[in-house]
Amino acid sequence: MSEQTQTPKAVGRTREEMAKRLAQDIPNGSYVNLGIGIPELVTKFVPDGHTLIYHTENGLLGMGPSPEEGEGDLELINAGKRQVTANPGAAFFHHADSFSMIRGGHIDLCVLGAMQVSKGGDLANWSTGKPGAIPAVGGAMDLVAGVKSVFVITQHCTKHGDPKLVEKCTFPLTGVGVISRVYTDLAVIDITAQGFRLIELSPGVDFEYVQDRTGAELLPIINP
Amino acid sequence: MINKQISSASQAVKDVFDGATIMIGGFGEAGSPIELIHALIDQGAKDLTVASNNTGSGEVGLAALLKAERVSKIICSFPRTANSTVFPDLYNNGKIELELVPQGTLAERIRAGGAGIPAFFTPAAVGTPLAEGKETRSFNGQDYLMEHGLVADFAFIKGRTGDTHGNIVYNKTARNFGPIMAMAAKVAIVQVNEVVEPGEIDPEVVVTPGIFVNRVVEVASPVFESELVAAGVSYP
Repeated sequence: MSEQTQTPKAVGRTREEMAKRLAQDIPNGSYVNLGIGIPELVTKFVPDGHTLIYHTENGLLGMGPSPEEGEGDLELINAGKRQVTANPGAAFFHHADSFSMIRGGHIDLCVLGAMQVSKGGDLANWSTGKPGAIPAVGGAMDLVAGVKSVFVITQHCTKHGDPKLVEKCTFPLTGVGVISRVYTDLAVIDITAQGFRLIELSPGVDFEYVQDRTGAELLPIINP
Repeated sequence: MINKQISSASQAVKDVFDGATIMIGGFGEAGSPIELIHALIDQGAKDLTVASNNTGSGEVGLAALLKAERVSKIICSFPRTANSTVFPDLYNNGKIELELVPQGTLAERIRAGGAGIPAFFTPAAVGTPLAEGKETRSFNGQDYLMEHGLVADFAFIKGRTGDTHGNIVYNKTARNFGPIMAMAAKVAIVQVNEVVEPGEIDPEVVVTPGIFVNRVVEVASPVFESELVAAGVSYP
């Protein structure tokens, strides 16, 4: 379908709408680690009255927004190496403490991007495995192994139109059976013991449209 | 009287030997001990093994040390940088060995090394390519990988303030790997913006106790990678 999608009409949610939809599902008071890219947009859409405490694995709990121009500190950055601020009540710590929070199950939720997610909840998001590519893993493998819930937020398909939700990942894995829910432009989908279970369709999208763009069977919504 | 203050970065790194293992602190440019690294480039030690989270940016600091071909192996979690071709060029030409380690495993290996723990089990990387060749064991029904503690001959660290006993406090997220690398190295060398007398740092806020630190060097106005890169600097 790559040839047919040269002039796609807007179907499903935008990146901001995906982030807004996900933000509704985060319980008030959660400790949350956000990956780089679309996950970072989640902070803009936290429902009124909710407070989330953001963890960034390079040593800050209580991460705040980007600083005003000229107000930042080159040594106050997030995992994406962008300047951030520290909210009232924030704490700094070293890397072994930071990953004790992660691996020790103290972080409630992690939101990551994905290259592929399998119907068994396997995640591939760090390497294409292609020769010449520089492998770089960062903290992704520790996050998926230790955080209580791991959500993925991603476009449903690649730029070339290939499904990202697949029977079995073909790219090198980040973790096995670690993803619980996926938010895409087209749908919200849970990983269950039976496989991909549709939770919600994006406005204007029907089941067949999503199934056609999913690389494994999509189970219908229970109690629609 | 204890006085760990050394007069200059070049004095502090002068005994780094060929083949040494060096832990270099920093996450991106935050906490990167750039003056110590530049002093090491001037000093000339080669065939080094470096453990550091990243591979530096532009052609300054850690990237400059790599570009000078002083490092034969790097132990690293994220060697990709948007604005540096130094590491990719060396790696793709087979001029540097890479041991890729998940970031939390890297941190815990360093912590364990400094704490006298030779090995430990972690759930990170189970079932992935980074588990290949490693011992797996099941505890309470879950699989874990055995990872080894990591120690080094030297650690290069950047703090904000240190006293002459080696007690260190850091600046914000520049803390990152500093405290654990200080523990894991035989000789921990810390550059700080300011060296003060014992008693001037409140014992309640000391982050790295002086027992882990061997040398403290004052670098009053440290430079930053991003500023040097923006200015087009290439070291040396």
